Amino acid sequence: MAAGMLADATDPWIRWDWVGRHIPVITAALLQHVELTAIAVGAGLLISVPFALWAWRVPLVRDPVFAVSGILYTIPSLALFAMLVPFTGLSTLTSEIGLVSYTLLILIRNIVVGLEGVPAEVREAANGMGYRPLARMIRIDFPLALPAVIAGIRIATVTTIGLVTVTAVIGQGGLGQLILEGLINDFKSPLLVGAVLSVLLAVIADISLSGLQRLATPWSQAEARA
Amino acid sequence: MTFLHQVLQWFADPSHWQGTGGIPHRLAEHLLMSGASVGTAALIALPLGIALGHRRRGGFYAINVSNVGRAIPSFALLVIALQVFGIGARPAFVALVALAIPPIVTNSYAGLMGVEADIREAARGMGMRERAVLFRVEIPIAMPLIMAGLRTSAVQVVATATLAALVAWGGLGRYIVDGLAQRDFVQVFCGAVLVALLSILVELGLGGIQALAIPRGLRLTSAPERPVGYPDSGLAA
Repeated sequence: MAAGMLADATDPWIRWDWVGRHIPVITAALLQHVELTAIAVGAGLLISVPFALWAWRVPLVRDPVFAVSGILYTIPSLALFAMLVPFTGLSTLTSEIGLVSYTLLILIRNIVVGLEGVPAEVREAANGMGYRPLARMIRIDFPLALPAVIAGIRIATVTTIGLVTVTAVIGQGGLGQLILEGLINDFKSPLLVGAVLSVLLAVIADISLSGLQRLATPWSQAEARA
Repeated sequence: MTFLHQVLQWFADPSHWQGTGGIPHRLAEHLLMSGASVGTAALIALPLGIALGHRRRGGFYAINVSNVGRAIPSFALLVIALQVFGIGARPAFVALVALAIPPIVTNSYAGLMGVEADIREAARGMGMRERAVLFRVEIPIAMPLIMAGLRTSAVQVVATATLAALVAWGGLGRYIVDGLAQRDFVQVFCGAVLVALLSILVELGLGGIQALAIPRGLRLTSAPERPVGYPDSGLAA
């Protein structure tokens, strides 16, 4: 106990010698973090797009889709992971089911809002020009909805990067493993490295996606300049 | 014995309903910590967001504070608070207050910014003083968004209070964390069900209060959805 308290008092926020010796561990944690996030957002998009299109085309489906994704979103992450553990174990699958569930509300809502934001005149004009429904969707509706869709992907990505740290509790976690290690061993260096890298990762992902958004919608800058 | 049977048995066990480890006590801890955190956060964030919105400046900070808040994992925030404040209720309280502030600032700022200039001019033209413009015109009109911010914040805090069990504090998260440590997956599952139910009840209950808090004159027009780009609840918890 006395030794523990002494160690605690002298433990600085960061020990660079620890960082130097643990570069491979830190890199592996970072890569796992990116991988868990990418799979979650990718799978989330694959599931969200059809449901969003369905909710957009069929008003009757809209409320149930939002209600179910809203309930999934409301359940705290730790509880959702914990509920899955008896069935899917302490596995990547458990993490991904939970992480994907959280992206659904954000992605579905932003896709639907984006599609609903397409002005009726534009849609009418496209119909008048003889666009068939599928062609109109791909060439008119989808590009105009793109800013809202990418905004959704940005929020989903940043949120997922934060949530991945929680999956450390069920044996995954990426950078969360470092945070958990800091907690268990009462040692600040891994904690700080995990926390700082996870914030950096979120900021870099957010900035990159906002760059992508600008590239994908060149007309929005033309409007801003005009 | 099936898993569902074990779960039912766990809930039926009287020892899980009494004492400091019992469900009522854990629930009370959870609600007390959440309520104190959201209350404290509101005392800090409401005046700040309302003042920024009323003066119609500082929007950059009001919006960005919530973006940065989203990027900081609540798990990391809790463990850092634990290192600073030591074990117990204090680190959980500080971390939860920090998490609860951004949505309240952003939404109350957005609510006041959304009040049309014509309406404020009309209020001034009627001879209202600055205080009256704020309290009798701007805040009532901004109420739907102010309440949305409080609701977002509260749901997020109730969710994150679960994680506080990881930094050796009580609340319903204890069942999940202790169960995982003991590989007692029945306890883990039951704790998760309790936490999920509580979160959904809080979300729905506050939704009801939110509807009641909207001034009568505004209820006639359809209430605005919560702002796009700011999903409702449980952010990164």
